[in-house]
Amino acid sequence: MKRYSAFAIAREAARYHSGWERAWRAPEPKSKYDVIIIGAGGHGLATAYHLGKNFGITNVAILEKGWLGGGNTGRNTTIIRSNYLQDPSAAIYEKSRSLYETMSQDLNYNVMFSPRGVMMLAQTQHEVRGYQRTAHANALQGVTTEFIGPKRVKELCPIIDIDGPRYPVLGALWQARGGTARHDAVAWGYARACSDMGMDVIQKCEVTAIRREGDKVVGVDTSKGPIDCAKLGIVVAGHSGDVANMAGFRLPIESVALQALVSEPIKPCMDVVVMANTVHGYMSQSDKGEMVIGGGTDGYNNYTQRGSFHHIEETVRALIETFPMISRLKMLRQWGGIVDVTGDRSPILSKTPVEGVFINCGWGTGGFKAIPGSGWAMAELMAKGRSPLTDEFSLDRFRAGKFIDESVAAGVAH
Amino acid sequence: MSTRLASGGRLVDQGQPINFSFNGNTLKGYAGDTLASALLANDQMLVGRSFKYHRPRGIVASGVEEPNALVNLGSGGTFEPNQRATTTELFDGLQATSQNHWPSLEFDVGAINAKLARFMPAGFYYKMFIHPRPLWKHVYEPFIRQAAGLGKAPKVRDEDTYEHFYAFCDVLVVGGGMAGLTAAKSAAASGAQVLVFEQTAHWGGRAPVDGGIVDGTPVDKVVDKLVSELSDMPNVTMRLRTMGAGVYDHGYVLGYEQLRDHAPKAQGPRHRLWRIRAGHVITATGALERPLSFAGNDIPGVMLASAVRDYVVNYGVSPGDRTVVVTNNDDAYRTALAIKHAGLSVPVILDARVPETDSPLMTAAKDAGIRVLMGHGVAKVLGGKRVTGVAVCAQAGEGAILEEIECDTVAMSGGWSPVVHLWSHCGGKLSWDNDFAMFRPDVDKAPTGQDGSGFVSAAGAANGHFGLSEVLSDAHASGGTAAKATGHAKSRRKAPKAESVDEAPMAPVWLMPQGAGVTLRGKAWLDYQNDVKVSDVQLAAQEGFESVEHAKRYTTLGMATDQGKLSNINGLAILSDALDQPIPQTGTTTFRPPYTPISMGAIGGEARGEVFQPVRRTAMYDWHEANGADWEPVGQWRRPLAYVQPGENLHDAVMRETKNVRENLGLLDASTLGKIIVKGPDAGRFLDMLYTNMMSTLKPGKCRYGLMCGENGFLIDDGVVARIDEDTFLCHTTTGGAEHIHGHMEEWLQTEWWDWKVYVANVTEQYAQIAVVGPKARAALEALGGMDVSQEELGFMEWADGSIGGFDVRVYRISFSGELSYEIAVKASEGQAFWDALMAVGAAHDVMPYGTEALHILRAEKGFIMIGDETDGTVIPQDLGLHWALSKKKEDYLGKRAHLRTHMADPTRWKLVGLETTDGSVLPDGAYAVAEGTNDNGQRNVQGRVTSTYHSPNLDKGIAMGLILNGPDRMGEVLEFPGTDGKTHSARIVSPVFYDPEGEKQNV
Amino acid sequence: MLILTCPCCGQTGEESEFHGGGEAHLKRFGPGSSDADFEGYMFMRENPKGVHFERWRHAYGCGKWFHAARCTMTLEVFGTYPAQTTEPPKELRDKISKKRPGWSWGAFS
Repeated sequence: MKRYSAFAIAREAARYHSGWERAWRAPEPKSKYDVIIIGAGGHGLATAYHLGKNFGITNVAILEKGWLGGGNTGRNTTIIRSNYLQDPSAAIYEKSRSLYETMSQDLNYNVMFSPRGVMMLAQTQHEVRGYQRTAHANALQGVTTEFIGPKRVKELCPIIDIDGPRYPVLGALWQARGGTARHDAVAWGYARACSDMGMDVIQKCEVTAIRREGDKVVGVDTSKGPIDCAKLGIVVAGHSGDVANMAGFRLPIESVALQALVSEPIKPCMDVVVMANTVHGYMSQSDKGEMVIGGGTDGYNNYTQRGSFHHIEETVRALIETFPMISRLKMLRQWGGIVDVTGDRSPILSKTPVEGVFINCGWGTGGFKAIPGSGWAMAELMAKGRSPLTDEFSLDRFRAGKFIDESVAAGVAH
Repeated sequence: MSTRLASGGRLVDQGQPINFSFNGNTLKGYAGDTLASALLANDQMLVGRSFKYHRPRGIVASGVEEPNALVNLGSGGTFEPNQRATTTELFDGLQATSQNHWPSLEFDVGAINAKLARFMPAGFYYKMFIHPRPLWKHVYEPFIRQAAGLGKAPKVRDEDTYEHFYAFCDVLVVGGGMAGLTAAKSAAASGAQVLVFEQTAHWGGRAPVDGGIVDGTPVDKVVDKLVSELSDMPNVTMRLRTMGAGVYDHGYVLGYEQLRDHAPKAQGPRHRLWRIRAGHVITATGALERPLSFAGNDIPGVMLASAVRDYVVNYGVSPGDRTVVVTNNDDAYRTALAIKHAGLSVPVILDARVPETDSPLMTAAKDAGIRVLMGHGVAKVLGGKRVTGVAVCAQAGEGAILEEIECDTVAMSGGWSPVVHLWSHCGGKLSWDNDFAMFRPDVDKAPTGQDGSGFVSAAGAANGHFGLSEVLSDAHASGGTAAKATGHAKSRRKAPKAESVDEAPMAPVWLMPQGAGVTLRGKAWLDYQNDVKVSDVQLAAQEGFESVEHAKRYTTLGMATDQGKLSNINGLAILSDALDQPIPQTGTTTFRPPYTPISMGAIGGEARGEVFQPVRRTAMYDWHEANGADWEPVGQWRRPLAYVQPGENLHDAVMRETKNVRENLGLLDASTLGKIIVKGPDAGRFLDMLYTNMMSTLKPGKCRYGLMCGENGFLIDDGVVARIDEDTFLCHTTTGGAEHIHGHMEEWLQTEWWDWKVYVANVTEQYAQIAVVGPKARAALEALGGMDVSQEELGFMEWADGSIGGFDVRVYRISFSGELSYEIAVKASEGQAFWDALMAVGAAHDVMPYGTEALHILRAEKGFIMIGDETDGTVIPQDLGLHWALSKKKEDYLGKRAHLRTHMADPTRWKLVGLETTDGSVLPDGAYAVAEGTNDNGQRNVQGRVTSTYHSPNLDKGIAMGLILNGPDRMGEVLEFPGTDGKTHSARIVSPVFYDPEGEKQNV
Repeated sequence: MLILTCPCCGQTGEESEFHGGGEAHLKRFGPGSSDADFEGYMFMRENPKGVHFERWRHAYGCGKWFHAARCTMTLEVFGTYPAQTTEPPKELRDKISKKRPGWSWGAFS
């Protein structure tokens, strides 16, 4: 692999960029791999990358039905944070965030990780207490956050209206090293690195069946023919239930549409990421200048990648209250993605009832930020049979009633 | 130079001059101008700078597809960035400034990027700025951000208002050109309710400019006649300046009406968002002309041929004195003829095709004395901030220059693409048309609605029909089909007939010249705004970005504010060529709403400021407000946190109120607590399922505290249940719980126990409820006079109906403070009067109102749990020592099965205790008790947490509750709670009941 | 943006008038059931691509719960029926069979 650098660009500029090679190879599948990962999104590619990098397992194929990074990796609002309340969540998201810090260097690909800071606004007394609790938990979890007052909120993000009228800002949970990254680049950087390690990233290759001998996986059938494997990772956000069905087990998952939108680009006016949970909206400004806005999920199962417009209305309304200046910006584009939501809204990274089959799913609305950490942990689970980062995210927690509930800060108002 | 013609301009009124300003210079235009036409009339071709290279940019188009002419408009509360000059109607006093340059439009330092363009190919930023790591955040990114972005950020609150509008129709026709009007007429004639939108200020679309004869009448007159006929039909509604913004599932369509962007001094909302349910949608959205990809096609003065024609015919504006026309189709000849007709010069038409015979338009051009070069194209455009000429080459070659021709304008046409956006938004599929080299709607794969049948049809050019005659018959037919689809008999009217004009076939030309070398390809723009060139797309393909989505995202092709209206087809043709595959195999990127950007203000609608979310107010709200209430939002309600008196701060007020309740008398507005009536022969049985404890054994006249778990076992609500009579219970819920517990009850009743004879009603807002609390409560009530409220007559946990002070009341002897307490419900309409009466009589008993914070402290002093504090959705009754409330007699209740799961039966679950700091200080809210060591993930082990913590003025020390590992067995043990302030707080495990442990005070 | 017709009050309304309630025809398992059954009842979901049966409440209308049969790939609504039943009406199942031959969902087909 030719390394990317400013010098490489200068060299190529001299010959009109004729010397750039493919970012990743386009191989035909071999008949057998040690590991097959279904799904070449961020999580699948990161899993493969860490199998190679951390465990030297490189006889790996990553099979993708469409184009790599074309699912939720390429259609999210790119927020990265780890200010979670519960220990297992904080552990995996902080691992992830820390991997984002060096991802550009690790992959020799600029994923534009921008630790510009993430704040979650507290607009009720209840949220104030919830975020103070999170700040205490984070301090013990090794996650650097602080609870800040309204004045500091205004300093960090001058376009916020902290006075209401409906919900004055009472403070915020601030994670200075949270931020954003360029979502496509994460997938592309991993694909290039995986390809460079000799792994096969195979696009337009749909898995049609999962072959078992007894309770053990032996391979998959695909639109490009049968492929054998010893271990199989299912990493197909939005389609997890479908693929699990092929393997012969069920999941505590429902798939719903999550929507987002961007404004037209404007000059820099917002240097941080803001999440406002009381009114349900979050916003950041991309390097291109667009205000990137995340909305809510539909209340029904949906695979169309289209959502209902009233959610867009609600989100925009909430954000106009929080940031009055956006009223005269224009929505450039809205879109939807299909997210898997589990019974406790936390992900599943787990062995399955089928030996050799592992599943990574259920990230709901928060998968992008978890990509490197999830890949790291999933690779460890697949290579060694256990990862401390995935222990609590196992599939059997639903039977035991051992949930990981992150919505606790949004409890009941008295 | 561009200038105003002495006459002409069918849309402008040269008798009505208008003054406006651009970059501070006052300029003159006419009524009917767009900002773009007025700028051109003032020789202002240069209007902005591109995104990446800061190249000079001129006006390219005359409509919504314009990528370059974006301006900052207005100032202060009406400032708006990125307004398209081509669709901005001119008004007196309009202020516009150009964007994305420093220090000025003419001289932009950022233009250095253009010199470095070779070092900034597609995706260059993924390959550099990697080392050293901190520089991305602190140097590179801020620099890139500053260079990117287009318009300025608005600084102040929007002065304007917006509104939403619901509409229903049988047939929605989007587009008011000949196709749309004809389709509307055809549908309306069948009796269908028809709604017609036209995004511009004029009906007729391109037809009046392009010309034609329909049933013997010139087409512009036909437009007038159709509009007049449709306006007279009662079943037709027509709107100008209204765009079909998006098509959504089940026939939902968004319309975007710009009510006063053209007349800012008018009254009323600025934009109106139409939310339409249409039985059938006809997209008569026309087609967009494609640019041609030749070197220098981005230099100001290079324009779409149709736009040049529009400026000449519609606005009486000459984009230039000498216009070279370059084309691959016949339509551009109309532009040449229009220019010639206006008395301007067309030195040459460069036609990439080599036709066997001349078409009528070619003949007409030649007859008009225009030189026509077949098989030729532009090798490159000459000039910098304005075109000065073109170098002519053979289309078939590599760009050897045959001659240079002076000109100041180039009118280009690469063919037309139907506007398929609305067709595609909701899943309509496209097919590739080889003859016209375009994607058109695949009529067999229309978007499907709630009944599974197609609900969108395209008509006219939007459906891939271009000659006027084909357009009319297609539009007439789709109008009929739409009417039929919505249950109306097809009208037997015949389609209007247009005289057809033979045109020579177009020839796809994706690169000019065909064999353009690398230097030319590096100057041939696809996306003007985002600076994507032919060479960039080719580089993307070379590097393996083969999917059209990859190529788009890698190069940013089509991601500008025009969303690829000009660039997408050209770009994917280049990509297909690079991949050596047919265009349909490459496919298109996804079309997403809106068609063109729509204001956030319009999306938000009226619900802003005070009416963003309605505030629920209790009957005593105004009194609280007038008496110093510091408000706390609780759900949609607002409750007083405390009543701050002059000279006090909030903390002082809370301390004062808390003490006063214990010592004298406090009044609490408890109206927000949920009140749900559960009635029927099976009401007791039903409540036994909903509450963990037994309710069916409760006697009429008595009250019982109850816990509710969800089916998953976690606590969801609590409250006091009063049995009104044998068949009737009144269930109190938390404030936040009223609606959702009511819903919870309905759900179980309707979907699981639907044969049980019970009904429930949420009567929360029917009552005002006031807690009269404190040792002097009884005396005050007795002073007010009425029913007997003695301990003997109305004991603790009893209720009674009666009259106090002349008010009809229901009195509950329940206490959330541990004091003697009466919660008294009156009709909501009498709430304020009753409150006033209590305050008046209470004066002699040192009455004070108290707020929610005092309420919290009072209950914490007593060790009462609070849903939302001690519970957070992960807590079960066992954790809180509430085993007594889990009935062992009942076989089943919601949550019982869940509690049997291994983790819920785990003895090491954290349990509720009281916590008391060793120095009397207040524990920080939400702090965790640490244990030894770390877990496998390197996190500090913990053994509990604080759930509630306050300073108790009555005990004069910090008190807290918490959930602690084996807590109840560890009384007296001291735990460490690290704060986020750097200090570690030590607290002793104690009983959670800090005050009056025997419960004497409430039971007197 | 779905349109649904409430089978209880007969009103056809906007999706925003209704509240989605997840999978229909779940069989409740209470005390005495196995861990697996209880887990299945609480969490395991069909989540199909295609024909789906789900619960809705006419929350801002008559307040009644009802069931809908809907395609999750096209959002086509095959029909709605009252919630007081343990299985979809035969008439509706036949109608779905005409449109989606060979469909199956849970125990139904």
